[in-house]
Amino acid sequence: MTNKGQYKVQKEPYYQAQGKEVALYEAAYRNRLPVMVKGPTGCGKSRFVEYMAWKLGKPLITVACNEDMTASDLVGRYLLETNGTRWLDGPLTTAARMGAICYLDEIVEARQDTTVVIHPLTDHRRTLPLDKKGELIEAHPDFQLVISYNPGYQSLMKDLKQSTKQRFTAFDFDYPNADLETVILARETGLDEATAGKLVKIGQSARNLKSHGLDEGISTRLLVYAATLIKDGVEPRDACRMALVRPITDDADIRETLDHAIDATFI
Amino acid sequence: MQTYWTQLDTRFPQVAEVFEDCMTEALTALTPGGLNAYLEAARTLGKLGRGVEPMLAFMEAWPSVANVLGEDALPSVMTSIRAMQKSPNGNAIAPFLQTLAPVTKRLQSQEQLQHYLDITLDFMSRTTGSIHGHHATHPSPGLPDFLQQAPFLLRQLAVAGLRNWVEYGIRNYGKHPERQRDYFSLQSADSRAVLQRERHGTLFADVERKLDLYLRALWQDSDHLVPYSTAFDEVRKPVPYYDKLGIRVPDVFDDFISTEGVHISGLDRYRAVLAHIVGHRRWTCAQIADNWSPFQRMAVELFEDARIETLLMREYPGLRNTFLSLHPSPREDACDAETTSCLRHRLAMLSRAFLDPVHDYKDPALNEFVARFHETLGKGLSSTAEIAALALAYVAKTRRPSDQFAKIYFKDTVVDYRDDNRQMWKFIEQSDEEEAFEDKRKIEHEEEIKGLPPRHYPEWDYRSQTYRPDWVSLYEALHPSGNAADIDRLLAKHDALAKQLKRMLDQLKPQDKVRIRYQEEGSELDLDVAIRSLIDFKGGALPDPRINMSHRTSGRNIAVMLLLDLSQSLNEKAAGCNQSVLELSQEAVSLLAWAIEKLGDPFAIAGFHSNTRHDVRYLHIKGYREHWGDEVKARLAAMEAAYSTRMGTALRHAAHYLEAQQADKKLMLILTDGEPSDVDAQDERLLIEDAHRAVKELDHKGIYTYCISLDPKADGYVSDIFGKQYVVIDNISRLPERLPRLFMELTK
Repeated sequence: MTNKGQYKVQKEPYYQAQGKEVALYEAAYRNRLPVMVKGPTGCGKSRFVEYMAWKLGKPLITVACNEDMTASDLVGRYLLETNGTRWLDGPLTTAARMGAICYLDEIVEARQDTTVVIHPLTDHRRTLPLDKKGELIEAHPDFQLVISYNPGYQSLMKDLKQSTKQRFTAFDFDYPNADLETVILARETGLDEATAGKLVKIGQSARNLKSHGLDEGISTRLLVYAATLIKDGVEPRDACRMALVRPITDDADIRETLDHAIDATFI
Repeated sequence: MQTYWTQLDTRFPQVAEVFEDCMTEALTALTPGGLNAYLEAARTLGKLGRGVEPMLAFMEAWPSVANVLGEDALPSVMTSIRAMQKSPNGNAIAPFLQTLAPVTKRLQSQEQLQHYLDITLDFMSRTTGSIHGHHATHPSPGLPDFLQQAPFLLRQLAVAGLRNWVEYGIRNYGKHPERQRDYFSLQSADSRAVLQRERHGTLFADVERKLDLYLRALWQDSDHLVPYSTAFDEVRKPVPYYDKLGIRVPDVFDDFISTEGVHISGLDRYRAVLAHIVGHRRWTCAQIADNWSPFQRMAVELFEDARIETLLMREYPGLRNTFLSLHPSPREDACDAETTSCLRHRLAMLSRAFLDPVHDYKDPALNEFVARFHETLGKGLSSTAEIAALALAYVAKTRRPSDQFAKIYFKDTVVDYRDDNRQMWKFIEQSDEEEAFEDKRKIEHEEEIKGLPPRHYPEWDYRSQTYRPDWVSLYEALHPSGNAADIDRLLAKHDALAKQLKRMLDQLKPQDKVRIRYQEEGSELDLDVAIRSLIDFKGGALPDPRINMSHRTSGRNIAVMLLLDLSQSLNEKAAGCNQSVLELSQEAVSLLAWAIEKLGDPFAIAGFHSNTRHDVRYLHIKGYREHWGDEVKARLAAMEAAYSTRMGTALRHAAHYLEAQQADKKLMLILTDGEPSDVDAQDERLLIEDAHRAVKELDHKGIYTYCISLDPKADGYVSDIFGKQYVVIDNISRLPERLPRLFMELTK
């Protein structure tokens, strides 16, 4: 059996609630309802799940989904050995056996036929059939499935099937409002609130450009990066250019506009 | 004085009138040696036999010119004049000298002047007409006009820009005296267009997107930005403003260097204008103007401008630098209140003091109101009405009798990033002026518009490596219809070929998922292979490691545009058979269209021909959304050949439609039977180079062009246009068979 302790969240992660999401999640967990967390990139989805796992004291197994991922990457596969083959549990199977919270990050990145394997775990059956091995696993009573995805991609190819969507309860996340985001930046990095407020202002000016050349605005995560750099003694303007502007765009016009916003904010 | 007069040796009475004035100026400006040269030059000009004007202009202009450039510029100027005198262009000497003073004011250095003289002389030698090749006999038609425009041109253009502008005129109108005059007197449209392109500073067109992003990103505002021209309205300088139709900004901003040497780029000046206007849109509410005097209104506007700018700077502190650099800072003692109206000066100082925390004005009233202003704004946003009350108090307190004087102090009082505040005022009473009667004017019905308005495209001029702006007018229309049955008959004739093609098509049809087996690395284990290899392994043999498989999708996603050259030469009989090229093209295109329809690729057909650059016709035969049905067949059946081949423009226009298609691959096929040419293009390389340029542009847009040439002599030019992307079909009678096959090979 795998060591359960390694999946425990050891230290309290900092999470600033934006609304009632903590209480609502606890209710969902009490009833073992599967949860879906939606929101733009870097708005705190993963941090929220981590925080809840810590608060509930349950182990957390995170899987970052990608296009090449197959069902056997989730469930498990046979490996060849010198004297035959050996079965190796995948992360989903491990979580179901030990009673962990299994968090499938960016689930839409995985191909749709892959995601179907989670279906039997998400309804009243709470079982996981391992057809290659010929075994049916009953999920541990503590097991819960959480998925996250970013609806901002707006691509026909990258959407969840209705049959998958309708198995989850959902939270809709967005970037926090300016005051809250300032508090988050200050708390997370120890930066003074005045500077943090300026960073948030730049972030919001970029979010105004969404769908006018930017696919996504500057995320809270990038703002935290910028704040960290400034805290480390980097000149604020350089830090902003490096952490906020250069990563998100290759468009010269947008870059110049955001650079100007930085110059207009930090004097 | 008398000795000087003798030295001048002239008997023109007009010169005698101004002689004394000129000499007084010359005596202060010139050294004795310079004075001598001045008189000598004037004497020479008087003896040219060109009347009094050259001499008069020189005598008046030179002292101030020498003041700017130094006396030793005289020889080069005189050399130019001698060159003009020797050529048939003596009539240009007078305008040359008349505009010399304003021109040198712009140029500021001898080096620059030399460039200007070089341009002028080059212009002269290249446009002076000659008969039988060697004797220059006809004067340059455009030179006097050019010299007259020179001061204006140099206000707008740097010397390099001037050279390009002149170059363009000489090249395109060198052989056409009337058009040349139009061009150089700034009467013709493309003269102005080229001028606009060459202007110095930041052009609005270049930064429009940045400004739009600026409004959205920093101010959450957006509006239509409309440029107004600053080049041609010298008297009534337009000022930025906004109304229901959008924000009006100048079409160009030069970089601004303030007195302290701070450099503000043209883009930042645009941003300052936009920020100011955004401020008004956010915080200004319109006031009723009827009860206030013009002075009061002026003060209210100024206070309000300062208020919104303070609020803007609160939002983005970095704006303060820009505003302060652009805002004039008048000296406190610059205006004498006894003789002049100092109203504008006072207000400009006040406005400066509102924005600049470290101003050094001592005036007690000014300082009192600056304090009250900041106190009012310290409490919050304040409001237009509250600030207006403060402004009225200021007017009441500082009014002076001299404010009514006609002589008004203007220097350093214009804040050029501010708008004209027209949105700040509401007028209750209608004015009783004439406009009141204009309401009932009938709107005259315009003529019905026939067809779509023309689209203008640039054309590449390879000699200068520049585009001629908006050079070609293209009219598009639906191709007239004929009898669809004709095409069906043609298809029936090629029945056997069609069957053959159908077999090829079936092989090409997309099969969406393809499994690739026997992979060392793959997305999934291929169980059959894996078990086989495991058995091998257990049996002691070397197992096959390729036990995985993966999938590949092979979707076809190609948009195709077929462009047909419909020029006159298509009517000729094809070599070796008794059908015309036109008929054969019809057959080939029908078969191709049928084949592509079977494949299901988005597909359009259009034809083009041209009759000079003013009339390029682009005819739609099949659109992307239409199916290969009777309507399309009817249009194809009515295909006719006429006129010439201006290929580049047609390519650009076809690309406009193909670009809008959403497809991974975009293919443009051009079916042509000759080289690009037109009746108004004497230089045969010109349109070939333009077409080549158009192909490159298309390449940048991700469009693959491919030419099918029916001209057996095409090898000479076709590779210059299409590189390696062409095929020459010698045996035209086989075209119906070759074209669809070619397409399939291209898209396999």
